[in-house]
Amino acid sequence: MSSELRYTANTQLEHLHARYTGTGHADLTKWEWATHQHRDTLSSIVGHPTLTSYLAVADGESIGRIRFEMAEKMLQPCGPPPQKQD
Amino acid sequence: MHLYNLTLEHASSIPSAVVGNFSGNRQQEILISRGTRLQLLRPDPALGKLSTVLVHDVFGSIRSLAAFRLTGGTKDYAILGSDSGRIVILEYDAKQNTFVKLYQETYGKTGARRIVPGQMLATDPKGRSLMVSAMEKAKLVYVLNRDAAANLTISSPLEAHKPSAIIHHIVGVDVGFENPLYAALEVDYAEADNDPTGEAYTNTEKMLTFYELDLGLNHVVRKWSEPTDPRANLLVQVPGGQTTSGDPPVVRIDGPSGVLVCCEDHIIYRHMDQPQHRVPIPRRQNPLEDHSRGILIISAVMHRMKGAFFFLLQSEQGDLYKVTLEHHDEDVVALKIKYFDTVSPATNLCILKSGHLFIPSEFGNHHFYQFQKLGDDDKEAEYSSADYPGNGMRNPSQPLPAAYFRPRPLDNLVLLDELESLDPILAARVQNLPDASLFYTACGKGAKSTFRTLRHGLEVEENGNSDLPSIPNAVWTLKLTENDQYDSYIVLSFVNGTLVLSFGEEIEEIPNSGFLSSEPTLAAQQLGQDAILQVHPRGIRHVLSDKRVNEWRAPPGLTIVAATTNKRQVVVALSTAELVYFELDVEGQLNEYQDRKAMGSTVLALSVGEVPEGLQRFKYLAVGCEDQTVRIISLDPDSTLEMISLQAVTAPPSSISIADMLDSSIDKHRPTTFVNIGLQNGVLLRTVLDPTNGKLADTRTRFLGNRPVRLVRTLVHGSPGVLALSSRSWLNYTYQGLVHFTPLAYDRLDGASSVNADLCPDGFIGIAGNTLRIFQVPRLGNKLKQEILPLSYTPRKFVSHPQNSYFYLIESDHRTMSPSAIAERVKIMEMSNEKVDREMLELDPQTFGHIKAPAGVWASCIRIVDPVNSKTVAVYELDNNEAAFSVAVVPFSARSGELLLVVGTASNTQLAPRTCSSGYLRVYAFTEGGSALELLHKTETDDVPMSLLGFQGRLLAGIGKALRLYDIGKKKLLRKAENRQFATAVVTLNTQGSRILAGDLNQSIYYVTYKAPENRLLIFADDSSARWTTAAVMLDYNTVAASDKFGNVYVNRLDESVSKQVDDDPTGAGILHEKSVLMGAPHKTKMLCHFHVGDIITSIERVALVAGGREVLVYFGLHGTIGILVPLVSKDDVDFISTLEQHMRTENLSLVGRDHLSWRGYYTPVKATVDGDLCEYFAKLPAQKQIAIAGELDRSVGDVLKKLESLRVTASGF
Repeated sequence: MSSELRYTANTQLEHLHARYTGTGHADLTKWEWATHQHRDTLSSIVGHPTLTSYLAVADGESIGRIRFEMAEKMLQPCGPPPQKQD
Repeated sequence: MHLYNLTLEHASSIPSAVVGNFSGNRQQEILISRGTRLQLLRPDPALGKLSTVLVHDVFGSIRSLAAFRLTGGTKDYAILGSDSGRIVILEYDAKQNTFVKLYQETYGKTGARRIVPGQMLATDPKGRSLMVSAMEKAKLVYVLNRDAAANLTISSPLEAHKPSAIIHHIVGVDVGFENPLYAALEVDYAEADNDPTGEAYTNTEKMLTFYELDLGLNHVVRKWSEPTDPRANLLVQVPGGQTTSGDPPVVRIDGPSGVLVCCEDHIIYRHMDQPQHRVPIPRRQNPLEDHSRGILIISAVMHRMKGAFFFLLQSEQGDLYKVTLEHHDEDVVALKIKYFDTVSPATNLCILKSGHLFIPSEFGNHHFYQFQKLGDDDKEAEYSSADYPGNGMRNPSQPLPAAYFRPRPLDNLVLLDELESLDPILAARVQNLPDASLFYTACGKGAKSTFRTLRHGLEVEENGNSDLPSIPNAVWTLKLTENDQYDSYIVLSFVNGTLVLSFGEEIEEIPNSGFLSSEPTLAAQQLGQDAILQVHPRGIRHVLSDKRVNEWRAPPGLTIVAATTNKRQVVVALSTAELVYFELDVEGQLNEYQDRKAMGSTVLALSVGEVPEGLQRFKYLAVGCEDQTVRIISLDPDSTLEMISLQAVTAPPSSISIADMLDSSIDKHRPTTFVNIGLQNGVLLRTVLDPTNGKLADTRTRFLGNRPVRLVRTLVHGSPGVLALSSRSWLNYTYQGLVHFTPLAYDRLDGASSVNADLCPDGFIGIAGNTLRIFQVPRLGNKLKQEILPLSYTPRKFVSHPQNSYFYLIESDHRTMSPSAIAERVKIMEMSNEKVDREMLELDPQTFGHIKAPAGVWASCIRIVDPVNSKTVAVYELDNNEAAFSVAVVPFSARSGELLLVVGTASNTQLAPRTCSSGYLRVYAFTEGGSALELLHKTETDDVPMSLLGFQGRLLAGIGKALRLYDIGKKKLLRKAENRQFATAVVTLNTQGSRILAGDLNQSIYYVTYKAPENRLLIFADDSSARWTTAAVMLDYNTVAASDKFGNVYVNRLDESVSKQVDDDPTGAGILHEKSVLMGAPHKTKMLCHFHVGDIITSIERVALVAGGREVLVYFGLHGTIGILVPLVSKDDVDFISTLEQHMRTENLSLVGRDHLSWRGYYTPVKATVDGDLCEYFAKLPAQKQIAIAGELDRSVGDVLKKLESLRVTASGF
């Protein structure tokens, strides 16, 4: 593969990643992967009325509260990212 | 194996609702989403009731609803946000009573995904554009406009994306006719994601951002973005813009514009570059309140009245607050808040212009209220932002001093109507009785929980009940003239006489009615304009309005055995099997037709239909004869009394009724003439009579009961229907354009007639033994009658006792204090001389909910329920912060088979991660015939016991990750065997022989065998896909039907050879040393069927719903769905119904534009299951399409409809 081609393929991939949040790539860290998973799950819970009801019944909370707490949790579901090691 | 899925009762929760003038007239309607169905409700302001106008399955999940109106329009359009990756704009067509899809714009993938819009909708108040948003990043704006022909147009979408931003809420800002503006609550996670120290996370701010749609440039810009309270969750539109009115024109500012930002504990008024106003949300004055817990607003609504507006906000405890804005033109002076009333926590608040409030509850019944007043001049404390320094914004990061109110019963609202809702069903059971099945459901959450007994049948409201001197055998009601609105006479026929009663304020005998009282009556009828008619065994009496009587006598020695009448025609059958026909002429004289028709066999039943509007006569007569035939005879003047057609039936007919009813599956525009034939063996035949040639076609049969059927033509809510009386009473009626056949949940009736009277419009009169009953059927839509027993806490599970009729129910509530914990807290407070407001502690929990406590606090009880009388027999509260999670009735062979109740509890349980200080197995003995319990002993366990089951005279318990076998001891349960190889927690248990099917919380069903000689519990097979099990039932020794948390139901089967091999291994050593496959058990089950229901199934049972019928799978969904899966028996059926389904799929019936195949295969492709709900829409298709599809199937339309009906009726009886 010529260097030029590799360059364009890479930008395309970057473009796709920017467009489709949550898409993985070869260098994805465990933390990134888990964070994506959690955010996907949390938004899926908010998006399915049956799941919010299910959690609300189990937890003794209102559906409104469950929805809010799930959205809040999306900010950092798996704690801060690990220190970068070079 | 092939299954046919049918929903018997659709989900009753309302996740979203919106008010609008959808039909375009002045009246407002409420459009509600039932999760996977769309329903239009119309309030009747006079009666204060809600009625259903239209329901439609969407075959998708509705996530948001909004309504908008184009400027100057009178009609609202509905917008649907769903999981289809499409936005849909619907119009309601009032003439056709359908939803019309105007636009369906695709923008993304299907599914409720993170960055695919559909989660939230906002509209511009002037109807010029709409915004649809995802949970993260994506927001699309569509411009709405009119084309030259005044049709709605929609633009291509404009992006208002913000990468790495979580969107909490969006709302359209009211800016009058300036460029449309949207407000969004967003949190950007980009910095927090790149900061390992966690500092950026703590510093992350929640931004209130305004997006402006520049209509000139056709572009969306981020206009303004400022941080707001970090716990903000909801935005509410504030009126803005200006109106010009009057002459000379006066410009009036409608409001200050901007938004209310609802935060935990505070409400903030906010607008671009304007001063903020903040007020605290008043808290309940509760001595035990948890101060660390904030008050969250879960739903809000803004309401405009003439020249004013106010907001209603609702907290999660259900308290409504009225919020007002004091403003001078565009400058806000003060934001004020006060307590309004307390209702159920709602998913939406819908205020109608007629002064009504609709509350679709998060859980439980939905309510319809009327505003009595607006809380303007009560003594409730009002908190104003002007009273706080800097309008409450002096120090925005610090909370304002807490404000308080005292909750009280409703003051401003009055309850008018209630929509019953089973949501959430947490446990259920089916009991099969000879005449009907009963569903027992444990529903509800917290203090509003209920135990409901559901019986298939229409609810009956009794208006009167009076005793009669002896037992009558028939009843009629009569008007005196054609134009009377109400009925005046009740005619009762006895064995040896007739009684005529007046129908008015009081029911009393009329001596001079003109009817013969010494003979029984065979028929009574209001005839012609103002005459009445009595047919008795010896003749016919035609009573004119001036009380003159024209009498026709039966020939000497002969009697009349059967008669039928309508407004202009009378037919009687003589004991010689001859028919005599009379018709009313223009002078009002009843004339006998010159010939009599000999039938050759004793006539048992006769029927002639109602005279069609504008015609002289009904052209056909149906005659039922003793030789088991029904003949159709012409009454046409050209061929009077000639036989047209003949139908043989299986038993002598007992009653016939011809009725013209609208059935849109046969004919959408005109009523169809049905000949209903009741047989002496309790079977009803329903045949369509061809109006042109009198031929009979399309016969449907139905078993009604074990007594001869008696049929009565009636009016049901103004349209024709038939009441069929056997050992149960059934009503045949038209509802939503389709003919239904439903039993009445009422006593057995011997005779009946419809009644229209002042006190009972659209009612019925019936005789049951020697009592006369007057009753109504208020709701035709509800096919299940509910009996409700209130509970204290959220029900979890219940079991029946094999010998007595009681149910043993466990209830437990998280974040709730038990009565003993409350008493203890109060005692401590009083000891330290704190004043305790007892009144606030004694508020009725059913209205105000339980007092909220922090996580890890539980209230729980064991309840004995008498389901027959819907009564609580005994309640045992658990103390020590214990909560019950599982229950079983176990016969212990160590105590010679004595049945004991075992309840699995845990104290100080935390939900995530699941921990407890100690689990317990409580063993109770039944005393006083099962109506009381005596605690024998408690055994500690190391984890929460989630499932219990009696197994070979011992107790099998799923305790966390372990499956254990216990035997009973004197002071404790004794652990006998254990297997700790389960992934998360064992939540369901089923057994047959030595095989155990254990459902793991997130690893599907494990097949376990118990090897007694070695005392081993061994896992030998599992599922190849991980599933979050919620319910499971064994279909046979190798097969299991189970459901998961995402709304799927599936059937797994173990290979016969594996099953045999495992059973043949005496010690289990072979299994123990087998190689594991895919990091699990050595064998895998095979999936046979798979189907996405769309509701989380919490309970599934294998049972026959119809006496003598085949077993079906009955499932109960969290949101109130009750459905069945019917195994299809023949290959022909499978071929036919799956081809029909394929054709139905191509019709694209989904209102949200979701592909049916992908909806039913949401997580796993649908397998070997046919969606009956979709197939039944065949009846609603236009006639040409019906014919085309039926042609493809090589059948007639009638055959297809008949097949669909028979599948439903033979499996469920519904």
